[in-house]
Amino acid sequence: MKHRSTSEQHHGKKPRVPAAAAATSTSPQDGMEDKAATNPRELTQNPLKKIWMPYKNGLPEKHICQRKVCMTNCPTLIVTVGLPARGKTYISKKLTRYLNWIGVPTREFNVGQYRREFVKIYKSFEFFRPDNEEGLKIRRKCASAALNDVREYLTEDGGQVAVFDATNTTRERRETILEFAEQNGFKVFFVESVCEDPDVIQENIVQVKLDSPDYTNCNTEEAVEDFMKRIKCYENSYETLDEILDRDLSYIKIMDVGQRYLVNRVLDHIQSRIVYYLMNIHITPRSIYLCRHGESELNVKGRIGGDSGLTIRGKEFAKKLSHFIQEQNISDLKVWTSQMKRTIQTAEALNVPYEQWKVLNEIDAGVCEELMYEEIQRNYPLEFALRDQDKYRYRYPKGESYEDLVQRLEPVIMELERQENVLVICHQAVLRCLLAYFLDKTAEELPYLKCPLHTVLKLTPVAYGCKVESISLNVDAVNTHRERPANVNVQRTAEDALQTVPPHL
Amino acid sequence: MSSTQRDNGSANSTEAKKTDPRVNEKKCSWASYMTNSPTMIVMIGLPARGKTYMSKKLTRYLNWIGVPTKVFNLGVYRREAVRAYKSYDFFRHDNEEAMKIRKQCALVALQDVKAYLTEEGGQIAVFDATNTTRERRDLIQDFVKENAFKVFFVESVCDDPEVIAANILEVKVSSPDYPERHRERVMDDFLKRIECYKLLYWDLSFIKVINVGQRFLVNRVQDYIQSKIVYYLMNIHVHSHSIYLCRHGESKHNVEGRIGGDSELSPRGKQFAHALRGFIDEHKLSDLKVWTSQLRRTIQTAEELGVPYEQWKILNEIDAGVCEEMTYEMIQETFPEEFALRDQDKYHYRYPGGESYQDLVQRLEPVIMELERQGNVLVICHQAVMRCLLAYFLDKGAEDLPYMKCPLHTILKLTPVAYGCKVEMFYLNVEAVNTHRDRPLGKIPKDSTLIHRRNSYTPLSSHDQVKRPRLYSAGNQPWLPLAPTPSALMPEERQSQVSEINSMSTLY
Repeated sequence: MKHRSTSEQHHGKKPRVPAAAAATSTSPQDGMEDKAATNPRELTQNPLKKIWMPYKNGLPEKHICQRKVCMTNCPTLIVTVGLPARGKTYISKKLTRYLNWIGVPTREFNVGQYRREFVKIYKSFEFFRPDNEEGLKIRRKCASAALNDVREYLTEDGGQVAVFDATNTTRERRETILEFAEQNGFKVFFVESVCEDPDVIQENIVQVKLDSPDYTNCNTEEAVEDFMKRIKCYENSYETLDEILDRDLSYIKIMDVGQRYLVNRVLDHIQSRIVYYLMNIHITPRSIYLCRHGESELNVKGRIGGDSGLTIRGKEFAKKLSHFIQEQNISDLKVWTSQMKRTIQTAEALNVPYEQWKVLNEIDAGVCEELMYEEIQRNYPLEFALRDQDKYRYRYPKGESYEDLVQRLEPVIMELERQENVLVICHQAVLRCLLAYFLDKTAEELPYLKCPLHTVLKLTPVAYGCKVESISLNVDAVNTHRERPANVNVQRTAEDALQTVPPHL
Repeated sequence: MSSTQRDNGSANSTEAKKTDPRVNEKKCSWASYMTNSPTMIVMIGLPARGKTYMSKKLTRYLNWIGVPTKVFNLGVYRREAVRAYKSYDFFRHDNEEAMKIRKQCALVALQDVKAYLTEEGGQIAVFDATNTTRERRDLIQDFVKENAFKVFFVESVCDDPEVIAANILEVKVSSPDYPERHRERVMDDFLKRIECYKLLYWDLSFIKVINVGQRFLVNRVQDYIQSKIVYYLMNIHVHSHSIYLCRHGESKHNVEGRIGGDSELSPRGKQFAHALRGFIDEHKLSDLKVWTSQLRRTIQTAEELGVPYEQWKILNEIDAGVCEEMTYEMIQETFPEEFALRDQDKYHYRYPGGESYQDLVQRLEPVIMELERQGNVLVICHQAVMRCLLAYFLDKGAEDLPYMKCPLHTILKLTPVAYGCKVEMFYLNVEAVNTHRDRPLGKIPKDSTLIHRRNSYTPLSSHDQVKRPRLYSAGNQPWLPLAPTPSALMPEERQSQVSEINSMSTLY
């Protein structure tokens, strides 16, 4: 996620830094040490993200470092290992979704996909027989093509992590990949999934394999039989990651769907985060319920932020929410709220224990707290425009951005992964961030996701993704959703700016 | 709710309950574990495998994030029971007398564990001993079942001889078991002791740490706290490194006596930044990482250094909410009640619309985790932030943390050493204002009903969360007593070499 262009700071903004007179903005690498000492580079604050950066000749220096998750210059190649139906693709997709959400550009490369494009029609498991020369040639070609795309993604397309999703069950194949990575300066981290539980494998096949393009013309029985034979083709040559032979590699071996893990030589921060994430996810069926607090006093006045109580309608929603939860008959439901009055009041109506998380508090609008959009436009027209230009990265003065929110919410996501049935009662911006994680939305889409009041979103993990049901509890409420206006130019008129503001008192 | 959750009820509580929805806070985010059963962490491993190191470090971390934890080291109990330790003969399995004593010690220790977890408000007990025999582990298993505790094993296995040797030298030679400092004989004696233990382990909920963190085997993690423990153990290392903590140079707001805000450095602040650069050059720190917050004053300070640095938003100073940019006089005038509340319980007090020290600790956890992973790091931050970080390294509790002295223009160098942390203080001889507010004089009449601030713009009070006292791991006595002593209350004048924060956690 790159910085916006630097031209913004010339847009007639009132200067935050006293005009840098004849500031000889010397580069720190200057040989003239003393001069540098008494004339440190002047700082300017990026108007969008409110980040202080040094500038030189009127333009900000590019090399300023904002703490990102991945601080190494070295891209990482994650390589899955395991027999078919061991959850490799499930893990790849989930991990990719998580890394992208926390801001690490990641993409998965599924070799099976390449194979399907190459071999248009899948006939049978025979393709995978170890003595099928033709098949082997094609599969090797597909792996190479995928690795080529990996290289392009990590070196030219700004990718930071690539997930190479294939069986990679032989040491020979893994050696090839290691060579490839070394040639290109990538770090390698293996993720192996080992499982012998026949029930788990069966369930796996039913959930994801039957719907695969490979089996569109088969009935269930045929498909399962063929797939089992396919697995057999790999079994004889399977060389699992070994504690002794592979002791110099960095890897995590996941055994029996997360009951046990073997972790070897974690090299850096991103690998440590990946390990922690993989150790917290599970596949037990469950549902996550997300909703906002009931309508609040400030909501009806069209004001953002603050810490007001529920309106009558908001209280009614809380009551209806209580009934809804009871009807759903959820076992062992955990209820989480923020530490703001309106979510707590909503939870109180449920008459069940609940947990308050400060990190679930609504986005901090800084100087704009409790203002109406009209007031923001009147008092901070530039800020208002900047926000419309890049709503994800825009940080309110003395407040937060959606980007900050995501960082703040990461422990919530981690704990949601660990838990089973949970109801989270939170706020509009927070809900958008959480939803974006589950539904794999981009930074551009996230701030405009529709999260109306008095509506419960029920998320159920299914196959490789998440099924979402939107349940309105039929209690009227104001609309708090402001679409991106057509005109986001800083010179725009107030009318243009306020065009999409939803009606309020 | 456990018996330790006391009813903070005054006559008003039911009234307050009706009007304030926050009164009914059942649990807080940090403390969801609190309503779960307490956990006993059982260390397993031969001597000199780093068990005590991990026990103490883990305990320090857990206490810092707010989970009351205490170490029960069997060696300490044994030493009490057997004053004069003769030699390794004590540990032989054919030494019946000794075996009886050792079992007795284990039983006494377990009784203390039970008291800690059921009556003293503890949540986690770390049972630090070899625990290598099946018999001993059966004893423990029966104990936890009887008391409905969870159990999590942390095993340390080492087959790298160099690591073992280094370990023995650094720690055991200074142990009370070896009054004679004759190195060779000590080594010999100790190695003989090692051979007396058997190697029997089996599958339960555990993490097996192999070769000081090169490899881990993790089995059946049951809950949130175990998952955090695993993550922590996987991120710590034993390579020597130093962490430098300092504040930004003196800022314009500092000079005016204002808190918070985002002001620039004063001229003296700039001088400090320049001096800091000299300090770094002088100390020839290889591969030093530099971290700042996203507030101007730390960044300005870092700019001086001429090296790349990383900005962390979570290193920003504590958010003083409605009190931002005020002087203490102004706060006293405008919000006298808030001012008083803060002095009552500075750790838990949250500014209206702002944060508390407790919130800060939660916010800073990823910084601590990353500091554990890294090598040499210089963190340029702020007063409250620095106090929180320092409290983690020096094992300071909620009582002391908000009053730790972190003066401007002074660098603290922290070097992990054996079981603790060595602190060196470097004052760079650039004058600055003093921003430290001492603990208020005399006994503050503490309300039995703890008043907490929620993230609220209309100040509310609520009778909620039990404040659990920070407990110190055994053998790690705090330098400053828990109650304010007269000296702590003296107006801070001296810039002594032996500063109050230069309190080394007593080496084991």
